[in-house]
Amino acid sequence: MNLTIEKAKEFYSKMLLIRRFEEKCIELYSAQKIRGFLHLYIGEEAVAVGLMDALSEDDAILATYREHGHALIRGVGAKSIMAEMYGKVDGCSRGRGGSMHLFDAKSRFYGGSAIVGGGLPLAVGMALADKMQNRKRVTVAIFGDGAVAEGEFHESLNLAALWELPILFVCENNRYAMGTALQYTESQTDIYKKAESYNIHAKQVDGMDVIEIAKAAARAVEDIKDSSKPVFLECLTYRFRAHSMFDAELYREKEEVKEWKEKGPLVVFEQKLKELGLWSELDIEAIEAEIKDTIDDAVTFAENSELEPLEDLEKFVYSEVSNG
Amino acid sequence: MAETTYREAVRAAIDDAMSADERVFLMGEDVGHYGGCYAVSMGLLEKFGEQRIIDTPLSESTFTGAGIGAALNGMRPIVEIMTVNFSLLALDQIMNNAATLLHMSGGQFNVPLVIRMATGGGKQLGAQHSHSLEGWFAHIPGLKILTPATVQDAYDMVGLALQDPDPVLIFENALLYNAKGELDLDAIPLEIGKAKVEKEGKDVTILTYGISVFKALEAAESLAKEGIDAEVIDLRSLRPLDDETIMASIAKTHKVVIVDEGWKSGSLSAEIMARINEQAFYELDAPMSRVCTAEVPLPYAKHLEDAALPQADKIVEAAIKTVGVS
Repeated sequence: MNLTIEKAKEFYSKMLLIRRFEEKCIELYSAQKIRGFLHLYIGEEAVAVGLMDALSEDDAILATYREHGHALIRGVGAKSIMAEMYGKVDGCSRGRGGSMHLFDAKSRFYGGSAIVGGGLPLAVGMALADKMQNRKRVTVAIFGDGAVAEGEFHESLNLAALWELPILFVCENNRYAMGTALQYTESQTDIYKKAESYNIHAKQVDGMDVIEIAKAAARAVEDIKDSSKPVFLECLTYRFRAHSMFDAELYREKEEVKEWKEKGPLVVFEQKLKELGLWSELDIEAIEAEIKDTIDDAVTFAENSELEPLEDLEKFVYSEVSNG
Repeated sequence: MAETTYREAVRAAIDDAMSADERVFLMGEDVGHYGGCYAVSMGLLEKFGEQRIIDTPLSESTFTGAGIGAALNGMRPIVEIMTVNFSLLALDQIMNNAATLLHMSGGQFNVPLVIRMATGGGKQLGAQHSHSLEGWFAHIPGLKILTPATVQDAYDMVGLALQDPDPVLIFENALLYNAKGELDLDAIPLEIGKAKVEKEGKDVTILTYGISVFKALEAAESLAKEGIDAEVIDLRSLRPLDDETIMASIAKTHKVVIVDEGWKSGSLSAEIMARINEQAFYELDAPMSRVCTAEVPLPYAKHLEDAALPQADKIVEAAIKTVGVS
């Protein structure tokens, strides 16, 4: 990948947008404007940014409950995501989903699933439908290392490989399944090796390096479109924050978190840009200011948005046409 | 009009739907090369090819979820699950995805999926292949639950379900596959959510669905000999329930027996009783009564299994008691 100054600015801005957006979420959560579970993506920004760079608008994405970053970069929109967290009608799921269930048809963002591994079978079906209709699209299934312990992970990999489906499996291996470290839950902690056992082309990449992820994802998408076979990417990453806002984080040492922060995605990228002599060309203040405006606008939008009228409570249980 | 079996009726419905709409396909365990666990899909692989009659591994959760994903992405899948007991492995997908995606997405993503499965006991298959759990599924908002009893419904309901934009589960009682009946391919089918009065009567209403419809009709014949004129209603759809037809019948007979193939505790029959209590209490001339499966995992031995399931003689007994109370 030729890293132009435009691309460098784009990647840096996008990673910083996720970071600042979520820092604002923490504030709003503490102020009780946002409720429910809130799973933060801070530390993992490079994965969303690198991955989304490789996708076209025809591709479909199924993500997990830690999906603010994916949704933001996919273009769901900071305003509608923030309004969703506020439970407002202008939210991307009309206030019915919340932080864990962001949906957006126009950007082909199919959630936001809070059942670990539950989106994987859907990805199999989405890709099957594309294959049956001869559409050259990719379905991306994003999941964490915790999902690997679920039967659906194994069933889905088996079917994707068996039926030669155009799926990009992206495992965000942040080392912890909720609060339990991977070595306590998996006999094989190199997750890409599990995928290889299903005859899926699999690769482990540095999940802290946005360039590495962008390159691997672009290559994977190309392979999938050429071969109509699945590809598996394991992105080694780390979440700097707790599993959710309710997590006292007693299961890991502060020292470990500190070490990972030193190789965080923004730090790594800054270093790379310095090596390439591009860092000085980035106007960081301007980038920060632009992001601040985006987030402020999103908060204002969410604050001012209406609540769904109570008489609409039972809407969308069944489709309008079949609602008696 | 032609006489046909329930099995042939379901197969004809799938065949017709697949011929009419390229988006329709069938997926499940043994549906292709084997010809269907209950031979429903026999011959369809040869006709439509393995791209549209898809054999799956024994991965109920994932192939059901794949049906949901395919439905989200423009197809009209029919997923066959061999028996209702196995559907429990797919319950996460049915409940957490199929039933919720439309609502959770604020109306953006509907799931036009049809899931068919065999249900019910009576074939000495023991506790892991014989249960009637359709009442459980009927608990879930977002799903529609159909229980074809007749050959005509077995045909019509597949088409109705495929036209519906939301997930529809069809429960076919395994004992009915060999049952014969008249099938009119050009009949205008009853809507989803409409019950059918199978036999009119004035003394007591017997509400039921699936194979128990025939047990209730048999009971009605015995009751007629006792001078009791029973009305038999085939509920057909367990969600939504046709309150209107139920209450209208009770306003006529003022007495009710509910026959439910599920267990009594927390059952569909309990729900129906509650609705009658809410909507038609003052029409009742006697306490409501019900005949359900005994509160046991279904046993293998025939005499025990027969004793556990609702049977015509128990329906007769319940109806006589109900009518006698007034």
